[in-house]
Amino acid sequence: MRCPPLFPYARTVAASGLVALLAAPALLDAQTYPNANDPRNNLKPGLHDAGEALLHMRLVSTTRKPAELDTIRGLTFTNSDLAFKGTTVYVGNFAGFSIYDVKNPAKPELLSVVPCITSQGDPSIWGNLLFVSAEGAGNRNDCAKGGVTNEQDHMAGVRIYDVSNPRAPRFLKNVQTCKGSHTHTLVPHPTDANIMYVYVSGNQGARPASELAGCKNGPDPADESNSLYRLDVIKVDRRNPQAADVVTGARIFTGLGPAPARGGRARAPRAMSGADSAEMAAYAMTGPRNCHDVTAYPAMGLLAGACASYGLLVDISQPEKPRRLDAVADTMFSLWHTAVFSNDGKKVVFTDEWGGGTSPNCQAVHPLEMGGNTTLVIGADKKFTQHAYFKIPTAQTTRENCVSHNGSLIPVPGRDIMVQGWYQGGVDVIDFTDPDKPFEIAYFDRGPVDPPSDGEPNSRARGTIAGSWGAYWHNGLIYSSEMARGLDILEVLPSEHLSANEIAAAKLVMFDEFNPQSQPRIVWPAAFPVVRSYLDQLVRGQGLPAARTTAIAQAIDAAEKQSGAARKTALTTLAGQVERDAAGAKDAERVRAMAAAMRELANATR
Amino acid sequence: MPPVLSRSILPLVMLPLLAACAAASTTPPATASAPVAAAGPANAAQAAAHDAHAAHATPAAAHDAHAGHDMSSMPPVSIPAGAMITEADVRFMQHMIAHHAQAVYMTRLADSAGAGARVLTLARKIDLSQAGEIKIMQDWLREYGQHVPDTDSWRGMRMVGMLTEEQLAQLQQAKGVAFDRLFLRLMIQHHEGAITMVADLLKSPRAAQEVDISVLANEIEAAQMAEIGLMWQMLADIP
Repeated sequence: MRCPPLFPYARTVAASGLVALLAAPALLDAQTYPNANDPRNNLKPGLHDAGEALLHMRLVSTTRKPAELDTIRGLTFTNSDLAFKGTTVYVGNFAGFSIYDVKNPAKPELLSVVPCITSQGDPSIWGNLLFVSAEGAGNRNDCAKGGVTNEQDHMAGVRIYDVSNPRAPRFLKNVQTCKGSHTHTLVPHPTDANIMYVYVSGNQGARPASELAGCKNGPDPADESNSLYRLDVIKVDRRNPQAADVVTGARIFTGLGPAPARGGRARAPRAMSGADSAEMAAYAMTGPRNCHDVTAYPAMGLLAGACASYGLLVDISQPEKPRRLDAVADTMFSLWHTAVFSNDGKKVVFTDEWGGGTSPNCQAVHPLEMGGNTTLVIGADKKFTQHAYFKIPTAQTTRENCVSHNGSLIPVPGRDIMVQGWYQGGVDVIDFTDPDKPFEIAYFDRGPVDPPSDGEPNSRARGTIAGSWGAYWHNGLIYSSEMARGLDILEVLPSEHLSANEIAAAKLVMFDEFNPQSQPRIVWPAAFPVVRSYLDQLVRGQGLPAARTTAIAQAIDAAEKQSGAARKTALTTLAGQVERDAAGAKDAERVRAMAAAMRELANATR
Repeated sequence: MPPVLSRSILPLVMLPLLAACAAASTTPPATASAPVAAAGPANAAQAAAHDAHAAHATPAAAHDAHAGHDMSSMPPVSIPAGAMITEADVRFMQHMIAHHAQAVYMTRLADSAGAGARVLTLARKIDLSQAGEIKIMQDWLREYGQHVPDTDSWRGMRMVGMLTEEQLAQLQQAKGVAFDRLFLRLMIQHHEGAITMVADLLKSPRAAQEVDISVLANEIEAAQMAEIGLMWQMLADIP
């Protein structure tokens, strides 16, 4: 007898029997994957001199990690997430954090570095308070290296700093939680501007009560004393941040069972005869014990929870009493990881961190449905419906850890566009306006950090973990936290899929503070680029006859040349005409949105 | 990144030895000749095979002491002074390579056994997932200058949850729905073993404080726990 053969993985997923049998056909039409001739394939390796491929993007600057945090060995000094306040960028790291001023994005200025062993160090900013997630077993209260020998020294939870002087951050407090904090999400109090809630995600088990009083593990989700099956909620009063502490546990998992197989039914399990695994089976028979990451959309009172084997929709209108609205599973996903809402709150892009971020899971053999995104539509009944998958269409190498990771919206009016980091898969700009047909608009990718080891297997001890941890749009530019290489700043350039007007409109949207996991509602100012964005979209999608779009473009140009009352009148008249165009237009909704933007502009004209 | 672990995570039941494992014959099956290659064209798994043949050379050493997993076939561990890693960390990586390699071997039986579509999908997912993790574990061991087991090493080792020779023979002979049922039962057993190995690691003093092993151990725990629940349900769906 011979050993079973390797599976004959097809290069294109659509051709493999696995998908044809198990996925709805609609899910497959969206994307050619992977693309054998992609310019990102086979880039030159290197840490700081790797080959680069850019599509409709410009690399504005790369700022290497500060010396204190600069080593590429393992994850110990890797950059993690980002937070933003005006022109200040907070860069998390497994060994501390750094603060940059990016007034000149071509040359960011390092303001401070705080060395502090804190895996994984995801930061959030609120006023003068910086919150940093700490989870690892080797994190100490005093930040020191060397690991934890006495459990009383162990820090797992959220560190709070006063960063009112960004050149000299001041440590305030460690808030200990039973499961530590893998990530966290800011949820503002609905009415009291002095109060912030911090939802803490941590998928690990609880620490022993000897280490932190009150902590308890168990497989019973209904047990109110159980530290599992809840998100810890920290309440912070900005007038007294020293008093910040866990106030409740959000039990949003109660009643969830294990994720059913695609096409299968969730069924009560039978005991496996003879197995000595009753308690483990009890764990396996429950759903998630925590979330990996949750994205709040406070303006909508909603939260999308990426919770291991499920994606959740949660009502957070009362932050101390969140309520689950829906939960969906897709067993092609290994680890529901993060979420991004569309600005209208009607769609959510969920990501699958298959392999945990350290595996090279964007090779040609890796299916589209594993390790990428999926778009869920939220119905009027606040229930999810799953639509297409998306995965970067490259064939990355064995030396590039790659899977979908963190991102945020790019505020283009009338469309749903996001930018996203894919570790060594690079930075991707994706349109998910049509949930069945997500597509790529722009990208930036580097070759692997490591040279090939083919033929010399022992020349390289270990694959370097690197790439974009998160890529976020903030006030006109894309900021990408490169785990090994530093802070990348990128600019999006016009293309057939994204016009100069649409980019200009996106650049009008400014936020003082921006924490990607606490998604702000985008409101566009009254401005010509906003009007012209809709017009460009109508031209591109043939949502209005060409004769009309040409005439409207001329009328907009003419109105812009005028000023004061004349401009106001011209815009008002044009808006009335466009409203009439809507009747019978192929894309009436977009035509009406354009008319509304014209009226707003008219009203804003003095 | 998946969560990094606190060493106190999962005071899950430490599985007593699975009864099936205790009865294991320790002779490597004669059918097992070629190494199971990890997915991917240039894999260090195969490359590492040369320095790791001792791993399956001493069947008498294979036993079920999952509290230690100490295989006499594995060279002693030497931890450099000042390193964050512990002997338990190294042993975990070495043993999990063998554990994963058997799982990959199991998944690659599915195609010719005429497995059902859902089982085939799951098998491929487990194959791709665990083959990738084997590579990570081998790289980690190599970086720390430790003995690197190859993907054939499972044949001489029997960590908790791993299939006995008898179970393996049954799986190799099963076809169609019978294969599906047996594959799921045995893979549940196998996954539970992996989770027990993670729990054992975390019980060990100062283990899993190094971030990379922590991330990996949690990835294994989270993914396999979810898959156990899935497999129970798939089992229930088989008539």
